Amino acid sequence: MAYNELIKNFDRIRDYMREFYVYGFRSRDEYNMKSARSYDDERRRIESWLSDYMGFRNTSDGKNVFISIDSRETRHNPLFSAWKARSFTDGDITLHFIIFDILSSPDVKLTFSQIAEITDRDYLSKFKNHRIFDDSTIRKKLKKYTDMGLLITEKQGKNLIYSRAEDIGDVNTDVLDFFSEVFPCGVIGEYILDRYNDHKSVFSFKHHYIYHVLDSSIHLELFRAMQSGNSVIISKYSSVSDSAVDIEVVPLKLFISVRTGRHYLLAYSLSSEKILPFRTDYIEKVKHLTVREDFDKLREKLGEKQKNMWGVNTGFNEEEICHVEFTVYFGEDEKYILKRLEREKRCGTLVLLDDNHCRFSADVYDVSEMIPWIRTFICRITDLSISDSETEKRFRDDLEAMYRLYDVEDETEK
Amino acid sequence: MIFSEIYSAYYKTIAEILKAALSGKQTSGDLRKIVEKYAFSESMLTIEPALKSEKWPLIKSDGVSVIKNPPSMPLTSLQKSWLKAVSLDPRIKLFDVSFDLPEDIPPLFTPDDYYIFDKYSDGDDFEDENYIKNFRRVLDAVKERKKLFIKYRGNKGNDIRLTVFPEYVEYSEKDDKFRLAANTHTNITFVNIGSIIYCEETDRPVTKIKYKKDPQRILTFELKDERKALERIMLHFSHFEKETVRTGEDTYEVSLKYDISDCTELVIRILSFGPMIKVTGPEEFRTLIKERLKKQKNFRI
Repeated sequence: MAYNELIKNFDRIRDYMREFYVYGFRSRDEYNMKSARSYDDERRRIESWLSDYMGFRNTSDGKNVFISIDSRETRHNPLFSAWKARSFTDGDITLHFIIFDILSSPDVKLTFSQIAEITDRDYLSKFKNHRIFDDSTIRKKLKKYTDMGLLITEKQGKNLIYSRAEDIGDVNTDVLDFFSEVFPCGVIGEYILDRYNDHKSVFSFKHHYIYHVLDSSIHLELFRAMQSGNSVIISKYSSVSDSAVDIEVVPLKLFISVRTGRHYLLAYSLSSEKILPFRTDYIEKVKHLTVREDFDKLREKLGEKQKNMWGVNTGFNEEEICHVEFTVYFGEDEKYILKRLEREKRCGTLVLLDDNHCRFSADVYDVSEMIPWIRTFICRITDLSISDSETEKRFRDDLEAMYRLYDVEDETEK
Repeated sequence: MIFSEIYSAYYKTIAEILKAALSGKQTSGDLRKIVEKYAFSESMLTIEPALKSEKWPLIKSDGVSVIKNPPSMPLTSLQKSWLKAVSLDPRIKLFDVSFDLPEDIPPLFTPDDYYIFDKYSDGDDFEDENYIKNFRRVLDAVKERKKLFIKYRGNKGNDIRLTVFPEYVEYSEKDDKFRLAANTHTNITFVNIGSIIYCEETDRPVTKIKYKKDPQRILTFELKDERKALERIMLHFSHFEKETVRTGEDTYEVSLKYDISDCTELVIRILSFGPMIKVTGPEEFRTLIKERLKKQKNFRI
């Protein structure tokens, strides 16, 4: 098939955009999961959508392609472009503009036959190559637009009457500029923003992870499952088998990290009978199943567990809660450290030991999730104790490894 | 359906072309400009021939559109239910808006359906009346390009009075705070909106300096891919402008641009990855890491 910059399926482009944006060091030959032709086509498409943000580097392994974006500088997520590249047929685009021109206001109410007749008489017959759409094509289009809420139908005798749905008037663009960037499924807000030309957003965003927009359709399906209390089958990429595995779960909540860029589904797994986290960027498909009567109870259970969750891990065994405590030193002019501890402590507690020391302690399912945060206090940790001795040993070994990396000597030994 | 052609750049572009044709302004040059503005860099190769060949029979060869009204369509149910979800977020109170959404449209999700688990707990109070008033005044001043007099509480607890040109409003999801980027006559100052006691538009004279971005440096580090460090680090630093090069079987060199004013925060973020990252430059950044490690070693834990 000839190359087209538009796409029918989002899954493949999602993989490539992730590769180019998050990693960006692989050469063409390493994308062996797809054919070379497929790689060339996807790269060309992404280049067409995001040319300002694409970079290339020649290495001994070949040419590397990457996407590089300083998200503090861009007022709107450039990755939204991919969502605006859905392919269509010549008939789709022609009928779209004709139907909304015929049904130009909610007051215009017409039957299918009237719409089909006007389409032909007032629009298509005006061209030399007089195209004719068969009834089923027009019917399908009207049904699709009715399902999407663009048209409404009412019965008049035996006839179904179509009209344009009422609109809601102008939506504040500041609201759209802001929420399309920071709110789940923000691409939907971006679609609404496309109604308004030539306006400039007043918002900029710091610490702004833009990558999860590629997972919007997965998030949407998971939210739909939560809204109806459904169980679903998620097809999830497994690094162990390097393939997708199907798992039946009850989606309970989307856990969003604004410090690591990751999004997780917290869900009750029917096979393991546990609440578990699943990275949403690894979920490839969501298939809806039946309503679960115990949805509210399962969500309550998650709420209980959150008291001992530092991040997303709920532990393999509910009895195995790990205790961690460490003491932080702060100088006379470093009271801001106390504030930092206070605002970042999550489920932990703080005890002020004296004018210069504060002890943090917590009981959590998975202490390894907390280790990166503890390391941010390096230069002030005066003691540390973790009930999981293996994790404590690894923390200390890592610290020693860091001293070696930077040739740090112990001044007290001199 | 979230991935649909009705939301596509092509549909938007054709709508704009038809609007131009209806206003009688349609020339080949106009068409090219519209495509360049609303579609992708290669879209002209498809759109112009499709219209001219009447594959998309919407504009006749004489440039007259068969479409009689400026193209428009109502919001889809999906868009309405997303807006309904927005209307449930506490931050919506910052904006002086109300949505006229049908009652039978359910929200796409509610605050119970998601949880931001690692944002700071001392975020702005979006429901405080004074905060809302100040936020709206700041937003208006940015949009209207009006000077603003602000009185705010400084870091040391002292009150500071400034007359500024507001440049833009910055939001940090991690801090859950809004800040005003304010152009004073000497520099660009960031003022937490939560710290503003009072603000109002003013005619007081103030010389505006040319807005310049914070100076940047390039941080380079070696990355060792153990314990899935590559994936974690790449994603963690994905919001920076960066480049990554593979240097060995499981080693990589990463360079990323950072604002000098964010140096301390970046030092902390680098430390959080432990020995998986070794900073190679700039030297003053390495020195900051070494100083912290030295202090830590002296605690002999």
